Amino acid sequence: MRITLAITRKELGIYFASPMAYVVAAVFLALTGVFFIDTIDRPFAEASVRGLLNNSAFFLLPLIPPILTMRLFAEEQKLGTLELLFTAPVRDSEVVIAKFLASFVILSAMVLLTLFYPLLIFYYADPDLGPILSGYLGFLLYGSAALAIGLMASSLSGNQIISAVVGFGIILLFNIINRVSLLLGGIASDILEQLSLTTHFDAFTRGVIDTTDIIYFLSITAVFLFITIRLVESRRWR
Amino acid sequence: MATENMIEVEHLTKYYGAFPAISDVSFTVAKGEVLGFLGPNAAGKTTTMRILTGFMPPSSGTVRIAGYDVVSNSLQARRHIGYLPETVPLYTDMTVKGYLAFMGTIRGMNNNDIRRRLSDVTELCHLETYYYSLIGKLSKGFRQRVGIAQAILHEPDVLVLDEPTIGIDPIQVVETRQLIKTLGNEHTLILSSHILPEVSITCERVIIIHEGEIVAVDRPDSLARRLEGTERIHIEVEGPTSAVTKAIRNIPDVQDVTYADLGEGTAAYDIISRSSDSVRTELARTVIEQGWGLLRLESVTMSLEDIFLRLTTTEEA
Repeated sequence: MRITLAITRKELGIYFASPMAYVVAAVFLALTGVFFIDTIDRPFAEASVRGLLNNSAFFLLPLIPPILTMRLFAEEQKLGTLELLFTAPVRDSEVVIAKFLASFVILSAMVLLTLFYPLLIFYYADPDLGPILSGYLGFLLYGSAALAIGLMASSLSGNQIISAVVGFGIILLFNIINRVSLLLGGIASDILEQLSLTTHFDAFTRGVIDTTDIIYFLSITAVFLFITIRLVESRRWR
Repeated sequence: MATENMIEVEHLTKYYGAFPAISDVSFTVAKGEVLGFLGPNAAGKTTTMRILTGFMPPSSGTVRIAGYDVVSNSLQARRHIGYLPETVPLYTDMTVKGYLAFMGTIRGMNNNDIRRRLSDVTELCHLETYYYSLIGKLSKGFRQRVGIAQAILHEPDVLVLDEPTIGIDPIQVVETRQLIKTLGNEHTLILSSHILPEVSITCERVIIIHEGEIVAVDRPDSLARRLEGTERIHIEVEGPTSAVTKAIRNIPDVQDVTYADLGEGTAAYDIISRSSDSVRTELARTVIEQGWGLLRLESVTMSLEDIFLRLTTTEEA
């Protein structure tokens, strides 16, 4: 545990040693700001963060997490520090979990800053607290799934751009796969619908916390972290 | 006794695809011994070290570090190793202090030990001035020192240094060798290099590896003795090759002659002899007396490749 936290702390330090974390956070906040205004600044607008979270999840979660995770393994491979990490008495799984935690902390910090928007709503109106909390919970669950996918993409190559693009592609696919399901009928349609990140996120913003949805996001996160651990291990054999 | 040996390598083979990077490498390193691993580039030095440190598994064969198998008991084995890879692995965005403390933590040191050892290694590696600097801003020589510092921080039983003096300036090379010598007093140490003198200075025993196979295992002084007095001479002569070769062979102290035809009755001869000026004098006289044209005569310094060739041939003989 101590080792895992040490690696997490190291990753967080590196995020803030370069302009990277600041730039990503700035872009994230600017765009969420636009989404917020877009949903609020119209006649008969709802006093909720539903529009904000739906748009942020749909447009920003395929984009931001792979950018946060792209360097986590790719850079170590390029610097040769992977050799150091894997010859220290550290389990591969500890390295993967630590890096995932670091990216989750960064994403959560960025999400925390967006709480400014619901505070504004509370100031001017009287929104339901429930859906806001459940929406944010869903957003973080969605985010962790996206980060796990991005981390897996990072372990694939020593090139950060490739990592980011592959991660983006996979998350986007899970994001929009429910649209394809409309074209199909029967069981295939149901399966694709259930696979989609968007489908499972929707209920959270409406204030519904369904264990199926929670388990779905946790499963996606766990599966991709597991694949990442396997990929990292397999590097030794190649 | 098994416990006397810190490192035991048995029949190690590693394939990259169908290409064997090392084949059937076996050796042991006793506790406290300093072993040099000498070989030209792509001889299999780095591959061997990566297997030793548990970075990648061998295709076949076993390695035990302090009695622990590096594949089946990897974490235990890795606890006993300090490793400096060939490309010094540094996080350029971290400070020297932050980096070393991080390395100490992931190697399982507690905070008190880290604090104590940090001051030791910064003093030993002369890093005081740059203690709070970002590693990315350091020169290559200092980065090398930070690399060595992280390898010795946790006082490992076994120290593995892959080409520790490559790419740094001559003064720093001398300092680094001095440092390695000091370290050799306290650790079991394996050091790889493609420079013969470096290994002779620092090591008690040398393994010469060439094309993935161990060519010779010896003490540096006896290795030097085996090579002592061997000289290579290159001449170009205008004359009938068979007669010239025969005449050269008849000169005392000449051990071996090979030639390559240059055309127009001229050929280049490669002569290995016991070194003495008389061989060259005698060579020149012979060629002139026979009325052949002497176009060129020079003494060639034995490169490492030549030494390998000589060693392989003497081994077979």
